[in-house]
Amino acid sequence: MPTTSVRDQYSVTIGIECHVQLKTQTKLFSAANNDAREAAPNTLVSHIDIGLPGALPVLNLHAVELACRAAFALGTVPQKFSKFDRKHYFYPDLPMGYQITQFDQPIILGGSVIIDVDGTPKTINLTRAHMEADAGKSTHPAGKDYSLVDLNRAGTPLLEIVSEPELHSAAEAKAYAKELYLRMKYAAVSEANLYYGNMRFDVNVSVSKTDIMGTRSETKNLNSFRSVEKATLYEVDRQIDLLESGGTVVQETRGWDDAKQKTLSQRTKENADDYRYMPDPDLPPVVLSDEFIASIKRDMPDLPDDYRKVMADIGIDAKTTSDIIAVPETAMTVKRVYEAADASHAKRIAFWLLQPQSDDDEADVVTDVAQNDEQLITLSQMVADNRLSSTAAKEVLAEVLKTGADPEQVARDKNLIQVSDEGAIIIIVDQVLSDNPKAAEDVRNGEMKAIGFLVGQVMKASQGKANPALATELIKKQLNS
Amino acid sequence: MSQWLPIADIAARVNAGELQAVDLVAKALATIGEKAEYQAIITTLDTLAAARAKEVDATVAAGQPAGRLAGVPFIAKDNFLVFGSDTTAASNILKGFTAPYQSTAINRLEAEGAICVAKANLDAFAHGSSTENSDFFTTKNPHDIDRVPGGSSGGSAAAVMLDMAPFALGTDTGGSVRLPASFCGAVGYKPTYGLVSRSGVVAMASSTDVVGPLTRTVDDAALILDVMSGVDVLDSTTIPRDSAGYVGLEGSLVGKKVGIIKEYMSEGLDPGVKACIEAAIARMKAAGAEVVEVSLPTLPAALAVYYIICPAEVSSNLARYDGQKYGYSTANPADLEDSYSRTRDEAFGDEAKRRIMIGTYVLSSGYYDAYYKKAQTVRTKLINEFNTVFEQVDLLIGPTAPEIAFKLGANSDDPLKMYLTDIMTVAVNLAGLPAVSIPAGTSEGMPVGLQLIAPQRADRRLLDAAQAVEGILA
Repeated sequence: MPTTSVRDQYSVTIGIECHVQLKTQTKLFSAANNDAREAAPNTLVSHIDIGLPGALPVLNLHAVELACRAAFALGTVPQKFSKFDRKHYFYPDLPMGYQITQFDQPIILGGSVIIDVDGTPKTINLTRAHMEADAGKSTHPAGKDYSLVDLNRAGTPLLEIVSEPELHSAAEAKAYAKELYLRMKYAAVSEANLYYGNMRFDVNVSVSKTDIMGTRSETKNLNSFRSVEKATLYEVDRQIDLLESGGTVVQETRGWDDAKQKTLSQRTKENADDYRYMPDPDLPPVVLSDEFIASIKRDMPDLPDDYRKVMADIGIDAKTTSDIIAVPETAMTVKRVYEAADASHAKRIAFWLLQPQSDDDEADVVTDVAQNDEQLITLSQMVADNRLSSTAAKEVLAEVLKTGADPEQVARDKNLIQVSDEGAIIIIVDQVLSDNPKAAEDVRNGEMKAIGFLVGQVMKASQGKANPALATELIKKQLNS
Repeated sequence: MSQWLPIADIAARVNAGELQAVDLVAKALATIGEKAEYQAIITTLDTLAAARAKEVDATVAAGQPAGRLAGVPFIAKDNFLVFGSDTTAASNILKGFTAPYQSTAINRLEAEGAICVAKANLDAFAHGSSTENSDFFTTKNPHDIDRVPGGSSGGSAAAVMLDMAPFALGTDTGGSVRLPASFCGAVGYKPTYGLVSRSGVVAMASSTDVVGPLTRTVDDAALILDVMSGVDVLDSTTIPRDSAGYVGLEGSLVGKKVGIIKEYMSEGLDPGVKACIEAAIARMKAAGAEVVEVSLPTLPAALAVYYIICPAEVSSNLARYDGQKYGYSTANPADLEDSYSRTRDEAFGDEAKRRIMIGTYVLSSGYYDAYYKKAQTVRTKLINEFNTVFEQVDLLIGPTAPEIAFKLGANSDDPLKMYLTDIMTVAVNLAGLPAVSIPAGTSEGMPVGLQLIAPQRADRRLLDAAQAVEGILA
């Protein structure tokens, strides 16, 4: 591993290609079911997906709609004219001997996303994004003389988003991956479940001591934010070590070994691949009307940036905002509460729903609880009215989220409603003061520290139900009288 | 005289209970057996056809209409997928492949009561002009058993002229319906690109492939087109059919402006063929057509353009035949790479290999611009020239082929000479135009085909004129 001073002599350049599985019912060019998560191998396959003679691809219009949505989510507009091309290579999980993709006229050109590393927003420009059909899945059982091919995934619609080489650290790479994830998720372009490989990242890394970019390696098929970060860190160090020891970086494809936490060479690109691209004569160009594009734009859901504005209005700090936005359901609830009630309710509820985020694939552990806005507001109002302590409210919330029961009823059943009846609390206060004459005397003498102790005793005597603010007030009143 | 009535009449009599579909199917299969020496057929579908015929007869017996093609036997080129039957495209690599789905064209014919009785021979994967490129055997010309029937739909054309069935299906990528029609004396109809679905037809060159009927008469061809044509959700390149349909043709040449294609009437044209075409033109004038000479300067480049674009698409379309999923697979390969190369080496014929190599070359980076892209540019120029000419004339006319059917083996050793056979047909495919070859007399006792060409989507106009020409040449 290079020392910090050596590492500082190098500039790092990173570009990322991200494959996003589009959330369609059926495949990009066939009527076979697109949800391959739990299906037995080769059960979601039509004559098109297996490449039978005479089978012709038929474009799934929903995939086009989702790609258009992605364009808006990536800060640009879809291209009115795009087309499909054939990319040729032989492999058993590519049944037709070519992949249908968009070569020189993709559906998205340009666009950008803003990432925020250490509080400094930075714009990352995108080169393009194109639609393509995924290949099947090959597995190579250890020690066997055969490989297995599952074509369930063959033909799954993908959007490949290609960034400009404008990322310069592993942290930026990770932030970029996360931002793409959020935008695809919020725009409902993809299920965006990283565990199921709905989003996969290919990270191109090069290092250089000069203005001339170094030779890059491409680490493919990273399926978590952490692996994007780790693989990038590993590649930067590996390449610097290699150059420092007098070696040269070769252009190659690498894979990430998560167990060993290192990248491994898969394929050296000694000869540039020749995919013999040609326009696919089976598919007419995709020509989008202004009306179609306008209708997609009109129906765009709120995006992460819209929610960031809402959180700022509510008065939530940037770190918390980022944690809230990581769970779209929560962000949506907070926004709705803000609109239906007010900022204070929204803020209180935001913190309630905020889950402690591990720093990694939070994406995959999204809560599934049904959040009933009205119940949440009712609960928040009980706290605002001093009828529930914050601690008690969390206990009630857990029950409400679990069972959907009425918060008022839960609080009563759990005997958590705060006593705000002056008469009742005064009796307890008087008892506490007479039981603790020393503390009472200290307060009288201006030692206000002791008042906290007395309030604690009142709370204890009331079994936590006394309203602490009211208790404090009454203690002061009794001692001053 | 044919043993078959006009197709519409056969269907009418079947629907009236005067003819039995089972008898028609038996008659077709018997004729196929009697004419076996011509080797027009790869497979007969005896069981499937007999079962379908019984269904048709039962429908009629129950008093229900059995369709516009009720009980009409037909033969499909063996590159059509017919459910449950072998589909080889006359290639060793697809030997033993049974179709698990069916082409749209066959579906539409069956829906009107037609019955597929056999699969016809072709040049393997439709690569050729004589059926000599079939991996199995060569079909013989019905008029002279020592001559080729033309190709690639040679089995289909021969089958119709051998009276095996009232019609056959072919595919026309560069002339493969019209050329064998010309050589065998049949009517060969090539529709506008996209008018008939390609779904379920083994692809050759997808941007020019089109399904077309081979028949004895223009009326028969028109009826078959009428049944097969129109938008198909399984083929995104299909187009709507003419709102007037393709039957009930008017058949007049009065006032029609016909352009003689200068480039097709010049050097290289066999004098006997030329004489037939000129005689036909004279009769057309007499029948009221206004005939002018027109020129399409880019036409001589069409064959070169075709033999870049077609192999490019062929190399891509044949990539799926890799021995990993279906069809032929080499025994005991050392590894995956070996399996690919040996499977394809052992099971593709010379012509398929030739086209794969040319196509791979012209699509390679560094050569793409010089060949494929330039060819597409010239193709566009050619299309523009056709458009310009069709502003002046209603139809174009010329020979279908520069010569009559050649002797078996005459061109076998010279691929370039074989390619030249298509010189008068390929331009039409590149431009996606409809065209038809109709018999126009004989030379040395062999049929000569007259080619009529119309603008895109003017299939109805073309069939009208073809029917009229057929009438005056009869």
